[in-house]
Amino acid sequence: MRLNESIVVSAPPKLVWEQIAEPSNYLHFMSGITRWEVEGERRQGIGARYRMLIRVGSAEVGGLIEVVEWAPERDLAWTSVLGVDQRGRWRLRELPDGRTRVELRYSYGVAGAGLFGWIAERVAAPSLGANLRRSLQRLKRLVEHERLRAEASRRRAERARSAA
Amino acid sequence: MADMADSADVADQAVNGNHTGRSNGHGDWRTRLRPLEGLAAAGGPVSRIGGGLLSAAQDLGASAAGAAAHRVRRRLRADLDDRDPDWLRERLPLLWLLATIWFRGEVRNLGNVPEKGPVLLVGNHSGGNITPDTFIFTLAFSSYFGIERRFHQLAHNLVVTLPLSGALVRRGGTVAASHGNAEKALEAGAALLVYPGGDWEVHRPSWESARVDLAGRKGFIRLALEQGVPIVPVVSIGGQETALFLSRGNWLARALGLDRLLRLKVLPISLALPWGLNVGDFLGHVPLPAKITTEVLPAIDLGEEFGPDPDVDEVYGHLTRTMQETLDALAAERRFPLLG
Repeated sequence: MRLNESIVVSAPPKLVWEQIAEPSNYLHFMSGITRWEVEGERRQGIGARYRMLIRVGSAEVGGLIEVVEWAPERDLAWTSVLGVDQRGRWRLRELPDGRTRVELRYSYGVAGAGLFGWIAERVAAPSLGANLRRSLQRLKRLVEHERLRAEASRRRAERARSAA
Repeated sequence: MADMADSADVADQAVNGNHTGRSNGHGDWRTRLRPLEGLAAAGGPVSRIGGGLLSAAQDLGASAAGAAAHRVRRRLRADLDDRDPDWLRERLPLLWLLATIWFRGEVRNLGNVPEKGPVLLVGNHSGGNITPDTFIFTLAFSSYFGIERRFHQLAHNLVVTLPLSGALVRRGGTVAASHGNAEKALEAGAALLVYPGGDWEVHRPSWESARVDLAGRKGFIRLALEQGVPIVPVVSIGGQETALFLSRGNWLARALGLDRLLRLKVLPISLALPWGLNVGDFLGHVPLPAKITTEVLPAIDLGEEFGPDPDVDEVYGHLTRTMQETLDALAAERRFPLLG
């Protein structure tokens, strides 16, 4: 089953990328996530592994995932190593007005689970989809807030320079 | 479902008991056929054929009884390889559907289970012979830590030896309750779930739903001390609302001699779907959709908390008190039966 949610963030891709590339941010903005820990030496980039869990219904599901695609400010994709089968992708694209379209794709399932697997995927879809939407909204707030703070800080610095 | 017994190797005793029972049955079978032997010896080709058939039937009976006894013995001695992680993984969606839709199951604080190494999970037991708390916890544990982490549960001999369901629970990691099997699982580095209260607690009346009753069984504490593994208490509520449990029927089990014959100390009486009045619960029942809530408590390192030579009674008192306090809190949260 594949879910796809998107949002437009009033900030350049660079600022969005800074948030999604840092694994310690995921617990702050990803809704339903109960665990997102770096596993191993590598924190970022291709081959970085994370242990993640997301609450879905009666269980926290997830497992070990690995980053398989890493194109800064454009694409970040991961796939499952252990646990439920999953693939995820952040897709950032700059809009002509300088804003960023952020797309979060997530596909999941359990290979070989047959009919009950098919049903379970569909039963889980509404709550998972809602979590993805909330995650994108939180990411948008976080990035836009960061942008405002950065701009305010820059203005303060300019005022201080001109006063001097 | 599960039952951690006190004696060193109860499974072996049970096996011997079953074996003896079957041998006696076999003896009775031969005794009953003895008049036919006389008839066969009376002479004539027909009677000789009859004698041949009789002897073949006896051999067949003896070999069938022997094979059955062998199968039971094999199932009672834990083969940890019976657990099939791939099979279990493919069943997780079904378990998830049942746990989520039917029982609205909730397992809290699984992070209290140590990340690695053997651990003894000690639970209170509810729900009669269909125990939703066990499979909801199995689902939660397997999802949280991954099916790669070895996880076994101890169960009553009957559960693992039944022809169809026995095979299924063994593939899910369940082994017969005995000290030997528990040692084997912990030595293999597994997380092991035991229900010391066993059949005594699981069939308690519904109005005792919020009572922890481990029946004074302390073998699991000695096991944890011997193996040097931490104990993690697991407290659940809701299972006793899946039917109206009326009585353990321990008096009935005693009167029928089931305690000696099958290790059954109870013959529960309940009102359950689809049977109505349900005596024994041998065929299980359709559980009512009661909300099941489970809380995992912080791990107890016996050496650290009770000194180098812990007193078993003190540990038992501490553990049951802690579990009871948690169960009281879970009961206080519950506003309505079934709905939770």
